[in-house]
Amino acid sequence: MFKKIGLKLISFVAITSLLIIGVFAYFNVKSQSNSLISEVERHANQLSETVISSTRYDMMLNQRDRLQKIINSIGTQPQIRDVRVINKIGEIIYSSDTANIHKMVDKRAESCYACHAEDKPLEQISITERTRIFRIHPDSNRVIGIISPIYNDQSCWQAECHAHPEDQKVLGVLDVSISLAEVDKEIITGEWQVVIFACVSILALGLLISFFVRRWVSNPVNELLNATQQISQGNLNYLIADLGDDEIGKLGDSFNNMTKKLSEARMQLFQSDKLASLGRLAAGVAHEINNPLTGVLTYSSYLLKRSKNNPEFQEDLKVIVRETLRSREIVKSLLDFARQSVPKKRNADINEIIDKAISVVEKQFSINKITILKQSENNLSKIAVDENQIQQVFINLFVNASDAINKEGGIVTITTKQTSLSPLGVVQIKKASCSKRHSLIDNEFKINGLPSLKVKVVSGDNEGIIHLDPVYGKHSNYFALNFPIDKNTKFVCPECSVSIVKSNDNCPRCGSPILNFEVNGQGIYEVCSAENSNWEKWDFVDSTGSKEYIEIKISDTGCGIDKEDIPRIFEPFYSTKGQKGTGLGLAVIWGIIDNHNGTINVESEVGIGTTFIIRLPLDQQKRN
Amino acid sequence: MDKPTEILVIDDELVIIDAVVKACSLENYSIDFAINLKTGLEKISKKYYSIIICDIMMPDGDGFQVLNELQTKKIDGALIMMTGYSTVENAVNSLRDGATDFIPKPFTVDELLSSIYRANKYHQIITRQKLYSKDSNKVDLFYVECPTKYYRLGHSSWLLEESDGTVLIGICDIFLKTIDKIMEIEFLEPEDELAQGFNCFTIKSNSERIHKIHSPVSGRIIEVNQNLKLVSNLIEKDPYFEGWVYRVIPHDLGYEIKNLTPCSSDRTQVNTH
Repeated sequence: MFKKIGLKLISFVAITSLLIIGVFAYFNVKSQSNSLISEVERHANQLSETVISSTRYDMMLNQRDRLQKIINSIGTQPQIRDVRVINKIGEIIYSSDTANIHKMVDKRAESCYACHAEDKPLEQISITERTRIFRIHPDSNRVIGIISPIYNDQSCWQAECHAHPEDQKVLGVLDVSISLAEVDKEIITGEWQVVIFACVSILALGLLISFFVRRWVSNPVNELLNATQQISQGNLNYLIADLGDDEIGKLGDSFNNMTKKLSEARMQLFQSDKLASLGRLAAGVAHEINNPLTGVLTYSSYLLKRSKNNPEFQEDLKVIVRETLRSREIVKSLLDFARQSVPKKRNADINEIIDKAISVVEKQFSINKITILKQSENNLSKIAVDENQIQQVFINLFVNASDAINKEGGIVTITTKQTSLSPLGVVQIKKASCSKRHSLIDNEFKINGLPSLKVKVVSGDNEGIIHLDPVYGKHSNYFALNFPIDKNTKFVCPECSVSIVKSNDNCPRCGSPILNFEVNGQGIYEVCSAENSNWEKWDFVDSTGSKEYIEIKISDTGCGIDKEDIPRIFEPFYSTKGQKGTGLGLAVIWGIIDNHNGTINVESEVGIGTTFIIRLPLDQQKRN
Repeated sequence: MDKPTEILVIDDELVIIDAVVKACSLENYSIDFAINLKTGLEKISKKYYSIIICDIMMPDGDGFQVLNELQTKKIDGALIMMTGYSTVENAVNSLRDGATDFIPKPFTVDELLSSIYRANKYHQIITRQKLYSKDSNKVDLFYVECPTKYYRLGHSSWLLEESDGTVLIGICDIFLKTIDKIMEIEFLEPEDELAQGFNCFTIKSNSERIHKIHSPVSGRIIEVNQNLKLVSNLIEKDPYFEGWVYRVIPHDLGYEIKNLTPCSSDRTQVNTH
């Protein structure tokens, strides 16, 4: 029952408020009844004083009948239960209840106890001591009794009757009893009011709290609970509805984020698993098919050799041999797929490849109301590329463009031109090593999506790794050191700790040490070790000067790519298409362009469109 | 004609054995076969074969065991490995360990016969050299060994690391000696990719045979030696220096060079003979 957080909270709040309101109500009722009683007490005392002073004259005259009448008439007042005058020996001499006259009062009785506690009567006692509250019998109303002593006075002992001796101080007492029925009724009403107030307020508080707890705690927590159950059952597409902007809301958001990541990771795992099994399958099929294929190929080539005199057979056998050789190439390419194929480059016209790629997607484009605008520069130089791979690049990009364009249709613009670019900001360092040939390329840490150069920095007891931009001339270096670099700082290879600082030379701009990297087969790349310096030198590349590139731009008027997504789009398995894509398309494109020593960049604005810019170097020869 | 060359073929697939047998019947070879490694090894221990053609992967073992057997028993027969494309790296390793050649499946009869032809020639040269070297110390008489800093893939191609990170590749003299006169060489183009153990160029000899040369390294061709096209016989005259074939940017030299044989090791071996 108390397993629910809402109920726990509500009962805790209810008990606390019950305690607070209960204590408050108790003291409130008590003080209220006290003040009522003391009011009645004052009233009774005043009445007693009034009776004493109004009967004084009659007492002087010793007119006992008149006295009795006065007392009787006072006694008839509804709230007054009894008015008695008791003399010093305890005899009731006057009473509103005539039956009690001349009866003796027990001194140990309640009414007498205050004064006679120590056997001899006190003379001066306070009002509270003279007051008593009692019940005649247990079922009756409460009664307040007040005793007022009647003191001796000169006029009393000098009166004609001489009823009292002079040395007597107290002549008797007046005892007035007033029923507390009204007061009690009022007190009970008050108590009830407080109890009802307490109950109503606890109930209201409980309801209010339960409402808000349900709204702010129970419902969101239940939603979270539901979500975790959904996730654990494998529904990684479950998204928690907006839970507001408080902590639980943030928890929900981060939960959604986590689910998204989880789903991505699962997708990646699934994809890589799929690819791996596809590779295994391909390799397996290729391996299995090899032996029968060997049979076919050897027998047919054997027959071909044997049937040299039979031109009719020769022709047919040549077809068999040729087709079997083709199968052999297919098997080989299957295995190449299983271990990343290498491009087979031939000189080709990029415009022709683009036309072929367009013919593949034309139908899909016309269905999606997409217009193709082709602005190609004629007389483009032929370029050594793997036609199939480059065609795949274009097809993938066209399909992406088509996916990005909504149902109303749009335009895909393809521009080709030949352009000359300086190596700065274009050439990427793909291989770099220390003097002991350890690779300094960090595939784990990428700058703008490209594997960076890593250098270990040692300064006293401090050690750290800095990452340098692999693109020549870009300087998006990443120094995240928690210690300063000073004169004694060493820059070394993370693997063998050999220094990679160029000896006897410093940066011509800031005088800092120069780091030099051996770029496999492409000379030495030098860069200033200071964080904010932009000095670098790469003779190998500098000497080649500007290079000729074929530039292909593919623009669409589609939905565009979010800024945050752009750095990641070329990562394998990164897809913004959700379930629709594998996330491999652009990664494959990147790989192909990279294999051709080209570059691919993307410019995109959400809602306006995306442009992919591919640059393929015309002269791919890397040597001078 | 000499007495026919004895050939043993070991494969677990009958169709392959049949095909090899049929192909060999076209030329003057005497052929025996074994359907598994066990019978193959038994046959080797009983009879001398100058050429053994063996599948590199069989259910009861691999071709390396045959290689082992030949080496431990000091049998100097030539061993040709048959391999699927998926086991080319194994085949390359087998060359380092002493196999004479390998031939990727599926193969044509011509490819097979070329390989057998070369293996046979190789075997003859080595046997004659051994006989000869007993009498004199002129070990270089039959073929020129590759220079010390070179690496070779079996007895077919060589590789030389250059200071700028590129490598030169070419053809070993002994390979040239196992083929007849070169009629035509079919080169790849610059920018073409090479893969270690796969064909890198093709030689047509005057006996109409086609010889495919395995590349010693994976990489990208950046230059083809143009002099080979201008000067005839250059490759045969100076196979190790002026007769280089390609200049290549290797993809992973550090790894692949382990599969090659350093030519310096040949010298020490020869000297101890």
